[in-house]
Amino acid sequence: MSHISPVLWQFLVKWMTDFSLFPPEASKIAPQMDALYFFMVLVSLIGLTIVILLVTTFSILYNKERHPVAVQVEGSTLLEATWTIIPLGLFLVMFVWGALIYFRVYNPPANSMNIYVVGKQWMWKAEHPGGQHEINSLHIPTGRAIQLTLISQDVFHSFSIPAFRVKREAIPGRYTTVWFEPTVPGTYHLFCTQYCGTEHSHMIGDIVVLTPKDYQKWLNESTSGMSLAQNGERLFASLSCAACHNARPDARGPSLANVYGAKLALSNGGTVLADDAYLREAILSPSQHVTQGYAPIMPTYQGQVSEEGVIALVEYIKNLNSDYRVQQTTNTTDLLPEGEGKAVPAATAPVKPGMVKQ
Amino acid sequence: MNYLTKENGLLSWLLTGDHKRIAMLYLISLSFFFFIGGALAGLIRLELLTPQADLMATDTYNKVFTMHGVIMIFFFLVPSVPATIGNFLIPMMIGAKDLALPKINLLSWYLYMAGGLLALYTMMTGGVDTGWTFTTPLSTHYVNTNVLTTGLAAFIAGFSSIFTGLNFIVTIHKMRCPGMTWFKLPLFVWANYAAAVLMVLATPVVAIAIVLIALERTLGIGVFDPTKGGDPLLFQHLFWFYSHPAVYIMILPGMGVISEVISTFSRKRVFGYTAVAFSSVAIAIFGFFVWAHHMFIMGISNYAVIVFSLLTMLVAVPSAIKIFNWTFTLYKGSITFETPMLYAFGFMGLFTIGGLTGVFLGVSGTDIHLTETYFIVAHFHFVMVGGMLMAFLSGIHFWWPKMTGRMYPEKISQLAAVVTFIGFNFTFFPQFILGTLGMPRRYASYPPEFQVLNVFSTAGASILGVGYLLPVLYLTWSLKYGAVAGDNPWQATGLEWQTQSPPLTENFPVTPIMDHEVYDYEWLEGQKAKEVASVG
Amino acid sequence: MSDSSAITHGAPEAAGHHAHPPYLRHHFESVEQQADTTNFAMWLFLLTEIMFFGGLFTAYLIYRNWYYPAFVAASHQLSIPLGGLNTLLLITSSFTMAMGVWCAEMRKKSGLVLCLILTFILGMGFLGIKTIEYGEKIEKHHVPGFHYSLNSFLNPDSDEAAKAAGDKPLALDMARHTEVYFSLYFAMTGMHALHMIIGISILGYMIYRAQAGAYTEGHVTFVENFGLYWHFVDIVWIFLFPLLYLISRHQ
Repeated sequence: MSHISPVLWQFLVKWMTDFSLFPPEASKIAPQMDALYFFMVLVSLIGLTIVILLVTTFSILYNKERHPVAVQVEGSTLLEATWTIIPLGLFLVMFVWGALIYFRVYNPPANSMNIYVVGKQWMWKAEHPGGQHEINSLHIPTGRAIQLTLISQDVFHSFSIPAFRVKREAIPGRYTTVWFEPTVPGTYHLFCTQYCGTEHSHMIGDIVVLTPKDYQKWLNESTSGMSLAQNGERLFASLSCAACHNARPDARGPSLANVYGAKLALSNGGTVLADDAYLREAILSPSQHVTQGYAPIMPTYQGQVSEEGVIALVEYIKNLNSDYRVQQTTNTTDLLPEGEGKAVPAATAPVKPGMVKQ
Repeated sequence: MNYLTKENGLLSWLLTGDHKRIAMLYLISLSFFFFIGGALAGLIRLELLTPQADLMATDTYNKVFTMHGVIMIFFFLVPSVPATIGNFLIPMMIGAKDLALPKINLLSWYLYMAGGLLALYTMMTGGVDTGWTFTTPLSTHYVNTNVLTTGLAAFIAGFSSIFTGLNFIVTIHKMRCPGMTWFKLPLFVWANYAAAVLMVLATPVVAIAIVLIALERTLGIGVFDPTKGGDPLLFQHLFWFYSHPAVYIMILPGMGVISEVISTFSRKRVFGYTAVAFSSVAIAIFGFFVWAHHMFIMGISNYAVIVFSLLTMLVAVPSAIKIFNWTFTLYKGSITFETPMLYAFGFMGLFTIGGLTGVFLGVSGTDIHLTETYFIVAHFHFVMVGGMLMAFLSGIHFWWPKMTGRMYPEKISQLAAVVTFIGFNFTFFPQFILGTLGMPRRYASYPPEFQVLNVFSTAGASILGVGYLLPVLYLTWSLKYGAVAGDNPWQATGLEWQTQSPPLTENFPVTPIMDHEVYDYEWLEGQKAKEVASVG
Repeated sequence: MSDSSAITHGAPEAAGHHAHPPYLRHHFESVEQQADTTNFAMWLFLLTEIMFFGGLFTAYLIYRNWYYPAFVAASHQLSIPLGGLNTLLLITSSFTMAMGVWCAEMRKKSGLVLCLILTFILGMGFLGIKTIEYGEKIEKHHVPGFHYSLNSFLNPDSDEAAKAAGDKPLALDMARHTEVYFSLYFAMTGMHALHMIIGISILGYMIYRAQAGAYTEGHVTFVENFGLYWHFVDIVWIFLFPLLYLISRHQ
């Protein structure tokens, strides 16, 4: 519909927005969803008008004074068929149209920029890949597909941006995603829309959409130093993940370079796609996700690492395409528990002499 | 001599097996709980006059809207028509002397009262603030309020509902008078039968969901706790598996009332009787398969979303069929506009809007934007208050002469109906707009640009309150001062109208024989002619 | 379950003339209608009970699918001999109950009383063994929420039952999921036991009334309908036993 008459459409939306009857359209999907919405409003108005007209007309025409004796009419199969099939047909059209939009909203394009959002009572924490952290706000550029990977630290929350027409639940225990492409710079409402306790009404914020230039400026000004992936690398080392995940031939855990996006064979015979959810699960409940060829000995890190920590680790692994740094910076023999078969450094692995303890 | 005067004394009421007395007991207690729920609604609307959360602490506000939902759903809407009008009329409509299981009927009322009193106790000892949906893990691990007692209250009320439904099904199957075949049953009976099936099959599932919450809360086990390997979404499935059919439990009996009222006040058999009867059954059956449309954005798979959205489209169709059949019942009728008919017209308009907005929510694409906002609040208030409550008032006014033997004053009751309709629209229509704008539900504070619409809504609520208060006043007044009603003041065709008002305790002096069609106005004319002839 | 009984041929009764048995309630036209109606009502009630237990079975099936190794290890903690004995007791009690219904129909009062007493004893036996089993769980700290211990699953050699079943040690995160198994175990068997207790209480009442001859003079519906309830409780157990006790025992 926005293609039929852009001028008329923009006028209608702007007028309703100015009178605060309709939210602004600030994302690519917004006009598409609004088109469906207005179609449904139109159909509903027509349906309602038909019913009201009929009821009013019949009430006047067949008023007792005017029509004292009722004529018993049994029914009409034709009419029954008509008012069954036409509504059903209209509803099915809406269903298909809506399903297409639904798929579009929850299937991000491959090149989308990913921002992690952690919801907790009662604030939103956004983590940009470059390391920028925001609380109750999100700075994003126009013209780019942006994916949000959401998770909750405690109860159900819901991340809602009415101006973009998107909303997604943040669930404790696993990631959910949604994506959008902002189109109009400005500041828009961010609401938590899933009741989450005392300060639910105050779990709100600002979505700040900037032009690409302004966005770059903001990125430079607000960087805190380390990117998420760098943070993840630190955690990887401090949690001794490299004791097993060190790409040596006799390593007790699989190499993690390039594992993101790969299809893994599991020890129980199945295969799984190594996406964000898998990586998170593998850290928190590893015994259900053992890679084929390895023993189920990885301990669980549930309780030892926060959701932000998991996000940092996941981001690190996502960007890991070589084990070089892992092997460079750790001495795995000392990280192994005593008496559990120490790994012998392979001859081919380059190890700086100063790093190996005799 | 009638069922009201047969015995006197408090015990004769509290230990009665008479379905009519039990219905009146329910009517009094339901009205009581309705006004408590209504007062809570008033508090909500008062808070929402201003953008800030300034009337009460946000914790208090959370408790207010939770208790509003719990009381209105479990202690008003679910029992409303079945426990009052259904209890009173179903045996009479099928020509029986009572329901099949009178003692179970009385037990239902006591369970209802126990649950209701427990809910009141909860309110007075700190309330509960989880929302009536008890979402985990909020309700299991993150609140310190009376989740257990509220859950228990709902659990007990659930059994009241199950026993009522069980009673209705058994009665309708086994106690019909001679000649009363299934397709001579009034549509009110069909509607309550469908609702009863839902009560019986769906309610036990929410009972188990509540039990599991109680176990998790008290013992700290991890059935729904993700840190212990549980799945919070499992609770949602179990909860909505009941709570979606519950909305059909609430609306179907109301639809049954509308069938009776529209037929009587247009002097016509309901258009498409068979279609309307089967629509009730279809709504009940389809209603079981759509529960996850409350969970579209919660991370269920895209394919689940498609299935549930499609099924939701299917469940919308029988309701549309009914609206059209009622409309065409008016065709070539002889229409008058007494109070029950005014409420019925209000139902038709408001339920149509409410039902259509349900389609907005059942379509997955638009649901993304509209879910969890005031659009949902407006939708369910349109169907529940604009629909169900209007139908309840229509039925109460329609059968008031039969139940009490008195007529209420017509002019003021018509005024109340109009006031209610106007107040309702002012209260809830702005909420559709608020929802589209993005205002979330269960918010004590909101951005200032939403204030104008909220003020409209609160103004409407005050008008609505007047509209609901008036019937309490004049109906009570009519008990002593209303004109004495005859057997059949509306000249309606049901079996209940062919005997005295108020009825005998055993309903009929002689077991009736259903030797005519249902909604048979020609037969009724014949009866009147016979009476005139025998007198003259 | 024919509805023809709904279309009765009841003749209007003259006021004060009671030509019907004293147990016929006045809103029924005939004894047949009353018996048919109450029987239908009991079947419908059992249907609600199926929906009630259904929720628990659903949760069980989902979690068993997700955490199979934990469910296997936890299930090995249950005693098959005790569970099997309980199953035998319940099936026998269903037999004695069915015999009781037959005695009532045949108007054999002493037979009925004997059968009811036997059913009562068998039911109490079931509950007694359940108490022993629950006691074991308490001792071993396998009660969720009350100092729940993972020891038997992390170190199966320290535990008789786990050792006998040849269990391997579970990883910590999988071992934690055994608590979900036990939650469902206590919820399901507890709910079942509650239904048993209610049934046994009613049995006690019935024994007293049967002794007074209430059920052997043609009015057998109470005994019949209770029989239905008792058989239902038995059938629930017959599902519970393999699901809870017999996971992966064929290996």
